[in-house]
Amino acid sequence: MTSTISEVLNDLELDALTELVNIGVSRAAVSLRTMVGEQVFLSVPSLQVVDRRLAATLIREQESAPLIAVRQDFEGAFSGRALLIFPEANSLELVRAVTSDELSSKEAREIEEEALLETGNIVLNGCLGTIANMLRKPLTISLPQLLRGDSQQLFDTSTPLGDDGVVLFLYINFAISDRDIRGYIAMIMDLPSLQTLKALIAEFIEHVIGPEDVAHEG
Amino acid sequence: MTITVLIVDDSKLARIVAGKALAALQPEWYRVEAGNAQEALGVLSARKIDVAMIDFNMPEKDGLELAGEIRSSHPTMPIAIITANIQDEVIARAREVNATFVSKPLTEEGLRGFISGAALRLRSSAA
Repeated sequence: MTSTISEVLNDLELDALTELVNIGVSRAAVSLRTMVGEQVFLSVPSLQVVDRRLAATLIREQESAPLIAVRQDFEGAFSGRALLIFPEANSLELVRAVTSDELSSKEAREIEEEALLETGNIVLNGCLGTIANMLRKPLTISLPQLLRGDSQQLFDTSTPLGDDGVVLFLYINFAISDRDIRGYIAMIMDLPSLQTLKALIAEFIEHVIGPEDVAHEG
Repeated sequence: MTITVLIVDDSKLARIVAGKALAALQPEWYRVEAGNAQEALGVLSARKIDVAMIDFNMPEKDGLELAGEIRSSHPTMPIAIITANIQDEVIARAREVNATFVSKPLTEEGLRGFISGAALRLRSSAA
């Protein structure tokens, strides 16, 4: 299944999409910095296109503990669902970071949901918004929702979205001052949406490179 | 003597975009690419490089670390950091190594200021 999916986006298209996500995440870092008041490092080392079962496995291999996620659905030329996923243990640390350690543990817990939703909103909108802008296709993005569960529950692998559900899967490193908070971004789309996305990315590549040959000296 | 620009970015597409913008501004300048900091340092030890355009967000060694290393061996080289991540701390680090910021996504317009400045600096130091 994975090999079929990785054929949908070729190397340059995957490169372009990674670049778009990187720009989106960098922009989100700037916004988060405003919230946090200290430097935010957000990096996206790589992007993979996998099926939902593999995405759930990839996370489960890294995180045995319960997870918390912010979910937003997007609609437009292509549609799907975006998730920003953290180990639950990290989430309180993230709340402390975005509230500059000014709250007691009790207070932090009370606003945990709100703080996570806001952070998720910023990061996911940063990514999706940038992708939409650069591909010149508007996306409607839903309000963020908070979910808790294990990776299988988050990827909803038990209810088939048709076997053509695919996941653009990114591991994202957040470092906020000395805190090491890690998370994952997953964008779940069905195959028709991924194919539309592919076409838009191909247009984007042509637009930035120009119609001359793409093969370039290294 | 041709001016040679080193473009460092882990994204091939971004290198192509940078190359195009550069070619539009200075068609006679020569371009060399590197996919990461290590490759870049390899290029720098093998040939004369006059200008560097470096992506900030790279795995392992980021663009500013690389810029710092280059700065110590090339005190007057015009260096641009290309990034969408313009946070105060990042800007401060760039200033420390005397590097300019250029915004991502990169455009000819966005690059123009840095390239004009670099051209001027290289002309006057060659004189």
